[in-house]
Amino acid sequence: MANIAQATREASATPFQRGIKEALYAGAISFGLFFLFIGLRTDQNIRNELILVPRWGLLAIVVGLVMLGRFVYVAYGQPFMARQKIVNVASGLLPDSVATRFFKLPYFIASLVVVGLLMVFAGSLDGIFGPALAGYMRFFRALAIIYALASVMFYFRAFIQAHFSALGIGVLVAYPIVVVVALTLISGSMAGGFQGSLKWVDNFGIQILIYVMLAWGLNIVVGLAGLLDLGYVAFYAVGAYAYALLATQLGWSFWILLPVAGIMAAFWGVMLGFPVLRLRGDYLAIVTLAFGEIIRLVLINWREVTNGAAGISGIPKVSFFGLISFNVSDPNYIAKVFGIAQSGAYYKIFLYYLILGLALLTAFVTIRLRRMPVGRAWEALREDEIACRSLGINTTTTKLTAFATGAMFGGFAGSFFAARQGFVSPESFVFLESAIILAIVVLGGMGSLVGIAVAAAVMIGGTEILREMEFLKAVFGSDFTPELYRMLLFGMAMVIVMLWKPRGFVGSREPTAFLHERKSVSSSFTKEGHG
Amino acid sequence: MQYFVQQMVNGLTLGSIYGLIAIGYTMVYGIIGMINFAHGDIFMLGAFVALIVFLTLTAMFYSVPVVVALLVMMVVAMLMTSLYNWTIEKVAYRPLRGSFRLAPLITAIGMSIALSNFVQVTQGPRNKPIPPMVSTVYNVGGISISLKQIIIVIVTVSLLALFWYLVNKTSLGRAQRACEQDRKMAALLGVDVDRTISITFIMGAALAAVAGTLFLMYYGVVAFSDGFVPGVKAFTAAVLGGIGSLPGAMLGGLLIGFIESMWSAYFSIDYKDVAAFSILAIVLIFLPSGILGRPEVEKV
Repeated sequence: MANIAQATREASATPFQRGIKEALYAGAISFGLFFLFIGLRTDQNIRNELILVPRWGLLAIVVGLVMLGRFVYVAYGQPFMARQKIVNVASGLLPDSVATRFFKLPYFIASLVVVGLLMVFAGSLDGIFGPALAGYMRFFRALAIIYALASVMFYFRAFIQAHFSALGIGVLVAYPIVVVVALTLISGSMAGGFQGSLKWVDNFGIQILIYVMLAWGLNIVVGLAGLLDLGYVAFYAVGAYAYALLATQLGWSFWILLPVAGIMAAFWGVMLGFPVLRLRGDYLAIVTLAFGEIIRLVLINWREVTNGAAGISGIPKVSFFGLISFNVSDPNYIAKVFGIAQSGAYYKIFLYYLILGLALLTAFVTIRLRRMPVGRAWEALREDEIACRSLGINTTTTKLTAFATGAMFGGFAGSFFAARQGFVSPESFVFLESAIILAIVVLGGMGSLVGIAVAAAVMIGGTEILREMEFLKAVFGSDFTPELYRMLLFGMAMVIVMLWKPRGFVGSREPTAFLHERKSVSSSFTKEGHG
Repeated sequence: MQYFVQQMVNGLTLGSIYGLIAIGYTMVYGIIGMINFAHGDIFMLGAFVALIVFLTLTAMFYSVPVVVALLVMMVVAMLMTSLYNWTIEKVAYRPLRGSFRLAPLITAIGMSIALSNFVQVTQGPRNKPIPPMVSTVYNVGGISISLKQIIIVIVTVSLLALFWYLVNKTSLGRAQRACEQDRKMAALLGVDVDRTISITFIMGAALAAVAGTLFLMYYGVVAFSDGFVPGVKAFTAAVLGGIGSLPGAMLGGLLIGFIESMWSAYFSIDYKDVAAFSILAIVLIFLPSGILGRPEVEKV
């Protein structure tokens, strides 16, 4: 009864009143949460003793922002979303969707004009607006470019959806070329174009593709076979150290060591697989987590071989199958072979295509394996282990092949990582990495390769973009470092995306085996991670 | 022999802290079947709250009796972490309760990342040392037992007694056990499931806060990243004892504490964590549902 009475009272209150009430609640809770952590800061004084520095102003701002956000959401956001679902009585139609209201031709033209104007005056921005405002202007320009691109994509959305994979691969193949050409045009010289492309190809392209490949590899274990693995980074570490050690000690080439690293990682996958065969669900999760930690701790403590926490440096670069080298001192250095100017960008672009190839190999193998008996056995295992066993599937070999295949791709990615960095240390293989990879798999909608790639681009690309937000210094003062907030925002984004789309970005499945016709099913019909 | 007993004492201290955290893991797992990855960071938050309260106390009063200081630190830490865990449950886990199994796990990992980085951003990345609060050491037959260790064991034992009473003798505990067995049936019989789950999170957080305060008192230092390793070990302890079983969590915690201190004493301190994790794997091979866990019976 109490519930009903409360419900009617809630309904009779206007959204504005409810907004005020909810904002007060949110303010009280956030004050409670933050007043010790934001209101007071522990700092060291000259005598190295801890003292407390009060920051009540900052606390007031944060609490105020929380209250404002909650108020706007309850008073305007929720009623707006409710209205979107109500059919107009006169026309019998639903209101225009937010996207069609947001992307309109006049806005598109306006954004093009803004981009054009700011591009033309790019050089003299500092002179006109002063350095602080110019930063805002560049940010504004970036927003306008993004908006224009998004409008184009929105206009062609049906076409993009129909040919997503082909278009995606096309964009990925063209990406470094486009970046170099665009930057050459902007800076006016080839050398400038290559130099400027370093950041875009390396920080965004290669970084995202490594995570795409790792997530696709983990997808075999978690998404297909349904075995929850929290220690995937261990195989990444095995691959990286296999390449680092064998290349520095024996001087073997990357192209020999790539399969070797894959085989070693797969071997460790089987080693992990054996003890956990009998475990289910969360017991499996904790043992894989423990396995990941054991590998990392051994790498730290086995100093004679791994050089401990200091890591291994001076790992040789990859060559183009031994024909073209990327070491400046070699006689077959790329610049000497082709007679062009020296630049570090060639190596990065080569690495970009290498990791793109490796990632596509992972996707190709996954797609083909799903059609083979072993792939079907994985998916059957994920759905129901007992039924699987009753039908005569050997669950032992099925689980072990899943672990081994997933681990092998982790090993490939690891050896690539070692070659790219030229340096490996246990610091790169912490649990956080496993968590990020798993999060990408789940956020992408487990089992969907496209969804996983999108999730990797959004999560990794999003946090990398924060490094570029220099203009924020103009807002928050010069000691403001956006990088510091990277992982905080990453964690919050994980929560928000999961709440918004609990089934991940791609929430439907195409079954691999079907009767008469192939129909997409909602992924709520599939079970996951139930080892 | 003396050395062995000494290590037993050290292991007992360490194990008590792990056990207190492990209870939070196992209770949440028992009631909603999810691994609350953020629990380790709740423990770290507890230690930080205790640190800030300690600094406030020393700044406000010239000298505070240790007992009073510890009590105030514990109570404030319990309140604060309870508020945190309550909010987290409401915001990040409750909307996903009917969803598939991995969704709350991912939000929990996200919350864990967000919490530790929140503390890093607001309090700075450095280690935060405090002057030793309690430094008395007793010598009993060649074994040195510090007052800190005695405090830890006494606090743990009295909390466990209180906790045992709450779970076994009160209507709240009965509601909790009912939800653990069958949430839908409990709801049909008039148990407020949402409220019970909230209270479970609050209880877990309060125990973690006490563990955090004791951790700060024992080691005298805390950093934003200190949630992860004790968190993972406590979770290991919970699984080792049989996840979902409260005595199992305490037993697992003590076992992990003993393994660690014995291994560091007799073999090598570098590999103590490797030993703890390896023993977990070995135990699970022979007892797939932990030492005190009920074997999972699957009906077809």
